[in-house]
Amino acid sequence: MKNSINSAFRIAKKENRPALISYTVCGDNTKDKSLQILNSISKDLDIAEWGIPHNCPTADGKDIQNSSFRALQNGIRLNDIFKLVRRFKKTKPSKPIILMGYYQMIFNYGEKKFIRKCKVSGVDGLIVVDLSFPDNKNFAKLCKKNSICFVQLIAPTTTVKRMKEIIKSSHEMIYMISTISTTGSALKYSIKRIIKNYNVIKKIKPSKNVVIGFGITEKTISNLRSADGLVVGSAICREITRSLKHRQNPVTNVSKLVRKLKNKII
Amino acid sequence: MIKLKKKTPLIDQHDKFGFYGNKFGGNYCAETMRKPIEDLSELFEKLRKNRKFLKKRDHYFKHYLGGETPFFKLKNLTRHLGGAQIWCKDVSAINGDAHKAYHSVVNALICKESGKRYIAGDTGAGMFGKNLAMAAKKMNLKCKIFMGTKDISRQAPNVKFMRDAGAEVVPVDSGSKTLVDAVSECMRHYVSNCDNTHLAVGSAIGCNIFLKICAWSTSQISRELKKQLIKEFGEIPKLKLINVIGGGSSALGFWNEFIDYDKKHVELIGVEAKYAAPLSTNAKVAILHGAAQYCLTDEEGQIAETHSLSAGLDYPGSSPLHGLLKDSGRARYTNASDKEALAAFKLITKLEDIRPSLEPAHAWSECIRLAPKLKKSDVLVVNNCGKGYKDKKIYIEQLGYYPK
Repeated sequence: MKNSINSAFRIAKKENRPALISYTVCGDNTKDKSLQILNSISKDLDIAEWGIPHNCPTADGKDIQNSSFRALQNGIRLNDIFKLVRRFKKTKPSKPIILMGYYQMIFNYGEKKFIRKCKVSGVDGLIVVDLSFPDNKNFAKLCKKNSICFVQLIAPTTTVKRMKEIIKSSHEMIYMISTISTTGSALKYSIKRIIKNYNVIKKIKPSKNVVIGFGITEKTISNLRSADGLVVGSAICREITRSLKHRQNPVTNVSKLVRKLKNKII
Repeated sequence: MIKLKKKTPLIDQHDKFGFYGNKFGGNYCAETMRKPIEDLSELFEKLRKNRKFLKKRDHYFKHYLGGETPFFKLKNLTRHLGGAQIWCKDVSAINGDAHKAYHSVVNALICKESGKRYIAGDTGAGMFGKNLAMAAKKMNLKCKIFMGTKDISRQAPNVKFMRDAGAEVVPVDSGSKTLVDAVSECMRHYVSNCDNTHLAVGSAIGCNIFLKICAWSTSQISRELKKQLIKEFGEIPKLKLINVIGGGSSALGFWNEFIDYDKKHVELIGVEAKYAAPLSTNAKVAILHGAAQYCLTDEEGQIAETHSLSAGLDYPGSSPLHGLLKDSGRARYTNASDKEALAAFKLITKLEDIRPSLEPAHAWSECIRLAPKLKKSDVLVVNNCGKGYKDKKIYIEQLGYYPK
């Protein structure tokens, strides 16, 4: 279990492609529907990220805000999220699942209790958007102690000196934010510039798995396929919104989209 | 209990992670913002020691904002209530009509110094939006103001000011469509544009540097007040300083010079809106907009919706510095309802010539409650931190009239 994130990357590397990582919001648009979506797309995924919805998200664009809003409207609670993770892991024990959210949700639940719950539910990793280095040192340690991967983030604004410190305290996966933006906006930088930033990180510590996220869509994904992993979030959330609007089944539509994304990187 | 440090400005009583009393504040922000706020902190620490910058600030305060705001006794109200002497520090007399003028000017000056051409700010009551728009125009900066759609309609006069000053008003339609959502959207805008935009946070909230800049700017109020008190009384008399609290920026400015005094000598009283009252209703500590603070939430930790007739107070959180003042026992906090604030406005405008906005009307309400219980030798000073014209429509709806 401990290295399921590592082995996901190993498998992708063996197949000479980046790991495909999805981001959806847990509970979007209902608890069961979000689990059905994840179950359905997981065959094309290497790692699944599930968002913990929060009603004051300071780093999310419109698409993920919409998804979070729907999930909260339908009454999702943290304990439901843990239950849903457990149900997912029951059928797909080797598929790594990472929870992503804002620190307030963890702080309110209690750090230790939160991590204990993650562990027993089968959560493999955590991304806490607004708990950045070095403020996250203790929390990251607590994760490590419980065999949970704490994913550090690196942004285009991060200096090389800071990058080195972040990488030093990172676990098996690092999340590189492609461009100065909230989630889901268009890429502001050229692909060349993004790859250059990526290479700076890789050069510092080649053994770390570095994934690129923010602004990855059907259009951009194949250009970035040299990365260890690519995260698609807003594009999927947008597809859920579109499906609901047209009274179509989001499960089939999202599955089709993820299949397309996968085809672009193999 | 947390202990305050003497002779250290309140804003500087944080540790290296930006925490006050190990509990409030911090920098809970996205990695993308980390470097920009670090740069801003460095710049601010340099500027606040730079004589040339301070001179520039004082020049703007004096010639652009109109200099010292008046301090006077409300003789009719004092006689009517028959207890303590009631004095008014009329910050609303400033050019810009509210204390927000101070940190708008300072933020625009800092933006200039940083070399950025864009400035973005949030606003609830529109006072910060209006002042920031005007300061930006004065200093040739492009300005974006984020405002909830509910607030845009209830504070229309201020929105007109912003637009006339050339600012772009960005309507925020998410969540409760009020200040809390405007701040979130403004922070998201900053995350996406931090390479060319300076973020001016509208109150003493947000990551460490933002609340420092804000409270440092508004402290002009208490520097003036201290001098005015000594001029009137020959010393600092036994005082109670009453101030309304939304995020808490005006109170921090009003109290700053008096923090080191014993609370029996200078008592600090904060007044929140009844249904937006994290400090006076034992709310939990939560993380909102980048900082740990007393904040209204539901059981799950989601940020709660608030209700106040006053757009400036309709906010679930509070400045981390007020958390510090509360937990150290230095300030005490209470609240007033919409009804009480309206009644206070009615009484004050009947007896006196001032026209407070809905926000300071809450502070006046506490003053009216308190004064009759006190002795003649007690001095109550209320910070009249906003002009009422922006709420004219609401006052007419609620009271049937707006006094001349």
